[in-house]
Amino acid sequence: MSVIAPNFKFSEFVKSILDNVFWILLIFVLIGLPAVFIILFYIEMPVINGELLTPFLALTWLADPSRTLPILKAFMTTDLFRIAAFPGFGFAALLAAGTIFIERKMLAKLQLRVGPFYCGKIEGILQLMGDGLKLISKEIIIPAKADKPIFWAAPIIFVATAAAFVALIPVAPGWVVADVDVGLLAVFAIIGFFPIITILSAWSSNSKFPFIGGIRALHQMVSFEIPLILSLLGVVILTGTLNLSEIVASQSNFPWIIFLPIGAIIFFITILAELERIPFDLPEAESEIVAGWLTEFSGMIYGLVQLGTYLKLYAFAALFVVLFLGGWSGPMIWPPFPEEIITDGIVMGPITAKIPGLPVFSQEMLNGVLWFVIKTVGVIFFILLPRGVFPRIRIDMLLSLGWYKLIGLAFVNIFIALGLLYAGVLGPGGIL
Amino acid sequence: MNNELPPGLALQKVDERIMTLNVGPQHPGSGHMRIIVQIDGDFIVACDPDPGYVHRGEEKMAEYRNYITNIPHLERPVIHDSCNILYPYVLGVEELLGIEVPERAKYIRVIASELNRCVYTMYWLAIYGIFLGHSTMFMWPAGDRELLIDLLEKMTGARVTHAHFVPGGVRNDLPPNFEDVCLRQVNYFEKRIKEYAAIFYDNPILIARTANTGVLSRQDAIRLGTTGSVLRASGVDYDLRKKEPYDIYDELDFQTNVLKEGDSYARSKIPWLDMMESCRIIRHALQKMPKSGSVRVKLKPNPKGKGLDSVYKRVESGRGSLGCYIVSDGKPEPYRVKLSVGSFRNLIALPYLLKGEKLGNMPAVYWSLNYWPVEADR
Repeated sequence: MSVIAPNFKFSEFVKSILDNVFWILLIFVLIGLPAVFIILFYIEMPVINGELLTPFLALTWLADPSRTLPILKAFMTTDLFRIAAFPGFGFAALLAAGTIFIERKMLAKLQLRVGPFYCGKIEGILQLMGDGLKLISKEIIIPAKADKPIFWAAPIIFVATAAAFVALIPVAPGWVVADVDVGLLAVFAIIGFFPIITILSAWSSNSKFPFIGGIRALHQMVSFEIPLILSLLGVVILTGTLNLSEIVASQSNFPWIIFLPIGAIIFFITILAELERIPFDLPEAESEIVAGWLTEFSGMIYGLVQLGTYLKLYAFAALFVVLFLGGWSGPMIWPPFPEEIITDGIVMGPITAKIPGLPVFSQEMLNGVLWFVIKTVGVIFFILLPRGVFPRIRIDMLLSLGWYKLIGLAFVNIFIALGLLYAGVLGPGGIL
Repeated sequence: MNNELPPGLALQKVDERIMTLNVGPQHPGSGHMRIIVQIDGDFIVACDPDPGYVHRGEEKMAEYRNYITNIPHLERPVIHDSCNILYPYVLGVEELLGIEVPERAKYIRVIASELNRCVYTMYWLAIYGIFLGHSTMFMWPAGDRELLIDLLEKMTGARVTHAHFVPGGVRNDLPPNFEDVCLRQVNYFEKRIKEYAAIFYDNPILIARTANTGVLSRQDAIRLGTTGSVLRASGVDYDLRKKEPYDIYDELDFQTNVLKEGDSYARSKIPWLDMMESCRIIRHALQKMPKSGSVRVKLKPNPKGKGLDSVYKRVESGRGSLGCYIVSDGKPEPYRVKLSVGSFRNLIALPYLLKGEKLGNMPAVYWSLNYWPVEADR
């Protein structure tokens, strides 16, 4: 008998489904169909067998597998798909959710305990969903003397800013939401927003502990932003571009971490501080200032801030991969798409189905995404690891680390990059 | 009529730069007490510890119960260290009633009290770890503590509130084969706590954070009347197990750990070193213990003291010297029981240590004083 649901009976399950069929149909008609038509409105309609697809024909076409795939492919080229699903928000949120689960399980193993275990039968994989449902169902309590508009707006702006950061990350060749020529400059601009949001939310809650936490976060982020920006200049000097896709393309032979290890180390330390992770979690120091600038947040407002934090974690790890580890470049390990499916079709007994529009994704793209995910998860692992090993440091130690040591080292890194450039080893026209 | 308000409620005229923080009683970094902290920027200007949120009137309750029924409730102030907090009471009652304790019972008491000291210190260390933001140091001691709790459960039948010491010996004899199990578990325990050096005590960030913070000089430590690990961390070699040996501590082979620095780091290190000494004491006591014999003197029901009499006994608990003053007036109930606890004596040093420190040092200094809020309130 199952431990999780001891009174589970299949017949009752079917009965409960049938009870809900009316509502399912109603929601499908009222929400599902309009949603499909809205999405179809954004797609450039493909021409299949000489027929131009119109939204009116769409439902009949969606029932035909040979015609569904071209519509899906057409949908994948739209901005809506890129923003909501693949290189954008959905992909990042999925990785962020995986990060939270990995963090909890890994930390538990490190600390000789089990971690999430019961929710979702297999090693507690549904724990995150449970936590999310709990946060949604909780009451949102706002302090009586808070500045309410800013208090409400701050978490939403936080998530929006983190999502904007995600939009700049190139995941595979050509797969990026916003491919801007000044990509790195846009990254710096977005990083500059986080301290403002933090101090606004801390100040608007009109409470002492969030205020101290917000001031600490401001100090921490401002003092670590300068070494962060300086440590990335080495890469910019060697590649001669600010476009993140071109920076990845320049690392097809070797990643920049080989030539700029000091810059990579500085960038890693500064992202720990920017993400407020242990040992730099002073703005949320539990034993001193309760939960720092998050103290007054409750319910889904807190959930939004957590979502934004983990999106930020993914974005910083991805930025490390893009700038120092070569992004999507790596040996081709993804198997090629079997050609006979395109030429002969899929044979299932007597039926031979020819599906136009295959393959959906190219081999290069899938291989690039695989390498990108492997590297990003590796970097995230190293970002999570200090939490199990280090205690929290103090604000004066943090500031002296940021202002004295890291800035000095960042200049050393820039001089190394300049030396490599002028010696003609690397960069435009270099021997390597 | 006195209109004076308690501290923290009264309106005070202060500088505009100064902010008053109420750390506690509902705060993850306070325990069952409140610390009123006034900060100027990141520096603590003044600090006023405000204990008393868990006052349970143990001393008054002891006046209405007889000498035996006092045992289960007098150990409540520190349930993790329940053997040690009962120890002075039991020693005092034995002297009042004129009872001679069997030899084997004395050894069992020493083993139980040393195990209990380790259990308490592990709990304290776990909280010290989480106060410094080191979550692994919270989980490891909390898990390794189970080894000794299992031993104490075998020995006394209860996991935390043992009520094992009674006037005239201990409640039960050891279970069969206890010596081997105890030796094995204690050896493993000692191996485990030595591993804490690598992750906690030798951690450069921890040393940079806690060294030279909240320095208590030797003179101040004596003048403020601190005891236990706080006193020994300031360079005073004072351990009641050596200075006023009770039961059989004078026959056992151990040493006192003394450090000269007097900072938070030294104060946090002394209990850890003491745990290793406790393991030594347990091993030696297991070796020297008589293999059989009585463990308890049979008492009359409702024992009475001999007329007007008083006795003061003290032992070295996990938090320093723990005294118990018992006055008897010839009735079955004691006339007065007074517990003199180490926690409260150590807390007195807190305002002096925190003045001028940074706010980030507050948890490190506060918890390094080896303070247990419930014990201080009694």
